[in-house]
Amino acid sequence: MAKFIAKPVKSSLPSPEDVLEVQLSNGITILARSNFNSPAISFGGYLPAGAIFESDEKLGLADFVATSLMRGTQTRTFDAIYNELESVGASLGFDSGVHNTNFGGRALVEDLPLLLELLAESLQTPTFPADEVERLRTQLLTGLALREQDTSDMADLIFEQMLYDVHPYGRPGDGYIETIRSITRKDMKEFHRRHFGPRGMVLAIVGAIHPKKAVEEVERYLGSWQVSGQKEAPPLPPLKPIRKTKKRHHTIKGKAQSDLIVGVIGPTRKSPDFMAASLGNSVLGQFGMMGRIGDVVRERSGLAYYAYSSLHAGTGPGSWEVIAGVNPANVGRALGLIEKELSRFVKSGVTKEELADSQANYVGRLPLSLESNNGVIGAILNIHRYDLGMDYYQRYESLVRSVTRDDVAAVARKYIDLERLVIATAGP
Amino acid sequence: MKKPVTQVTLKNGMKIMLKEIHTAPIISSWIWYRVGSRDEPTGKTGISHWTEHMMFKGTKKFPSKVLDKAISRDGGRWNASTSRDSTRYYETMPADKIDLALHLESDRMQNSIFDKKEVESERTVIISEREGSENEPTFRLSEAVQHAAFRVHPYHHEIIGDKADLRSITRDDLYNHYRTYYVPGNAVLSIAGDFETKSMLKRIRDLYEPIPSGPKPTRLIRPEPEQHGELRLAVEGPGETAFTQIAYRFPNATHSDYFPLQVLESLLNGASGLSYKTARLYRALVDREFAVDVSGWSEATIDPYLYRITITHRPDRKPEKAVAVLDDEIKKLQDDLVPDEEIQRAVKQARAVFAYGSENITHQAFWMGYTEMFSDYSWYTNYLKKLAKVTPKDVQRVAQIYFQPRSRVIGSYVPKGKGA
Repeated sequence: MAKFIAKPVKSSLPSPEDVLEVQLSNGITILARSNFNSPAISFGGYLPAGAIFESDEKLGLADFVATSLMRGTQTRTFDAIYNELESVGASLGFDSGVHNTNFGGRALVEDLPLLLELLAESLQTPTFPADEVERLRTQLLTGLALREQDTSDMADLIFEQMLYDVHPYGRPGDGYIETIRSITRKDMKEFHRRHFGPRGMVLAIVGAIHPKKAVEEVERYLGSWQVSGQKEAPPLPPLKPIRKTKKRHHTIKGKAQSDLIVGVIGPTRKSPDFMAASLGNSVLGQFGMMGRIGDVVRERSGLAYYAYSSLHAGTGPGSWEVIAGVNPANVGRALGLIEKELSRFVKSGVTKEELADSQANYVGRLPLSLESNNGVIGAILNIHRYDLGMDYYQRYESLVRSVTRDDVAAVARKYIDLERLVIATAGP
Repeated sequence: MKKPVTQVTLKNGMKIMLKEIHTAPIISSWIWYRVGSRDEPTGKTGISHWTEHMMFKGTKKFPSKVLDKAISRDGGRWNASTSRDSTRYYETMPADKIDLALHLESDRMQNSIFDKKEVESERTVIISEREGSENEPTFRLSEAVQHAAFRVHPYHHEIIGDKADLRSITRDDLYNHYRTYYVPGNAVLSIAGDFETKSMLKRIRDLYEPIPSGPKPTRLIRPEPEQHGELRLAVEGPGETAFTQIAYRFPNATHSDYFPLQVLESLLNGASGLSYKTARLYRALVDREFAVDVSGWSEATIDPYLYRITITHRPDRKPEKAVAVLDDEIKKLQDDLVPDEEIQRAVKQARAVFAYGSENITHQAFWMGYTEMFSDYSWYTNYLKKLAKVTPKDVQRVAQIYFQPRSRVIGSYVPKGKGA
């Protein structure tokens, strides 16, 4: 390789030296890092007000609440909130997962005060105006009607139902038509009152501002937020083990393509198995043009435009999935090829070269994944959420390189059991 | 201080655009060919996109898997896409690894194999890609609207192509397409990132200048005749949600009316990449409960193309009512001058979108080459200035010219229920 343009590598990796971490007296954690390369600023974060608090009858409540926060506050209407934001090209949004309500926003740095004011207002004083809630309900119901027609969404939904059964991870965050219909404004206000508060909230902010100044700004708008009696989330219940392969098809008539998911329970993000599973997954269905799965299903057999594997590792037990979209006539053939690859992966693990390729990819791609403000925000939020240590990226290369072929083979055997797969398909 | 963009044309006609950005140890390299779905005659639709797929199947020097592995091992990202007017390939790499990208693009410009077996396997992959799109009601609707809007101009078909052609195009068709259009005089290389212009340019000359220029390909030109009267169509399909797509004809990206129309589009549907909940159509249709959503988009193209507005209907309202409300909003723009503040707002929105884009080196290399495909880089650098010059009278004038029912197409997606 020519060295004609090789330059000393610049450090674009977050580290304890350039990420300021501060906890406000009300419990909010702020992570701040500067980036003066563009005149913009972004933030992202979460607070522990997720779907885990919902009852089965009110599925989708956390999501409904999150999407209603900007529909009107004690000081501004829905239209006024968005008028302020859109007039300056800024954005702010909320959504929810099982554990958290998440938020994200960005603006030109001159508009940061406005953005923080709207964040603080939406979190603290939403009013859930009746007309706005009804308008939003119609939109959510339309979204659910479209979900019912989407082969990928429906395969995912029944996959999670089979994989997690009655565990909270098995329930769709956007609920069902009947549960969205049953949610009242009172439910929403109550959910907000009980679960929204500064304790456990984390906010990462990155952009054209000094970290100390960023912390001051956040404190100005959110430092005085106090909520008494903020409820702790219940612990996750144990998972019901899968005793034998489960398979279900969801029929959607009139579709040209079917989606399929084959998967198992995977490790949590904090599990010592995580890095080996992640690298193994890279070989299985990510590296290059989607790893071994892409090679067999797409490149060699021409069966699918997309075929890959994916490891979802978070707070609780994750999922390890192989996903493909194929012609309805080819579902059986694709499933056969995928199972064969899984079997090879479990029996023989990965080769030395395959592992080295993925390790090199993990290390080499870091500057790219951390190039934008949002990339850095995602990275430092993960570090905080999973206690990885702010020096994670300084240790990252050795963490990646220390994984051996045996480690990958061991996690493959531990998590993937060919007799206990979950197989979901959706299509005609 | 920002360095200007260096623009050089090699002896064989290939254009080079270089922009130094030293904010991260990354370089993004894009190669652009002046060929897209607009260059495809009937019977060969989808051939540009299929050729793009075949470019990943390797050369003698870089067999497909070697290529893919080499880029991924170095932590690079690479991909390609085909548009109506161009086909483009990019690699974004750690700065000290960019030579691999330069080398492989110069090689696959000349030496891609197009193995017969690989062609056959890719045929079904692309049919599968198309079937994935056909699952979406809005794809079916959008395709029908496009067909109706262009009877003569090759913008009439989708980039992916029609199934009949995807079944019949041969290896030789693909190879001919490749040899015809993938020549230096038909290419632009745009690179942004952490390099020194002088040494980068020398390396590019070493790799690309020896490639023979070859005959300059001619582009397919079939101007669309004027439309005389509104066209309406319906597409039936599964589901419970109705959609309407309304397509107006917009001029090409270098037309003097393009920028007033960008402002107008921003007023109707918001700025590209931002939320649009206070745009005029959202307020009129969604806030007033005539629809669940309304969005719109146009494209910067070589020839006049479309501005399309898609309405997602509420189950409890008639689609015709929503279209009538849309017509009222357009009439307001034709009858009344918009306040100057609304134009200033559109300019500020665009300024913010430009700032977000500058965080990303891949994005910056993209814009240099992209604008070259229909205009030149000054189109991008002057964008905000031109937007700021638009007056309320300009907006009114273009609203009156381009938003006439007689030159639009209205397509309806009629949902036939779950059993369809």
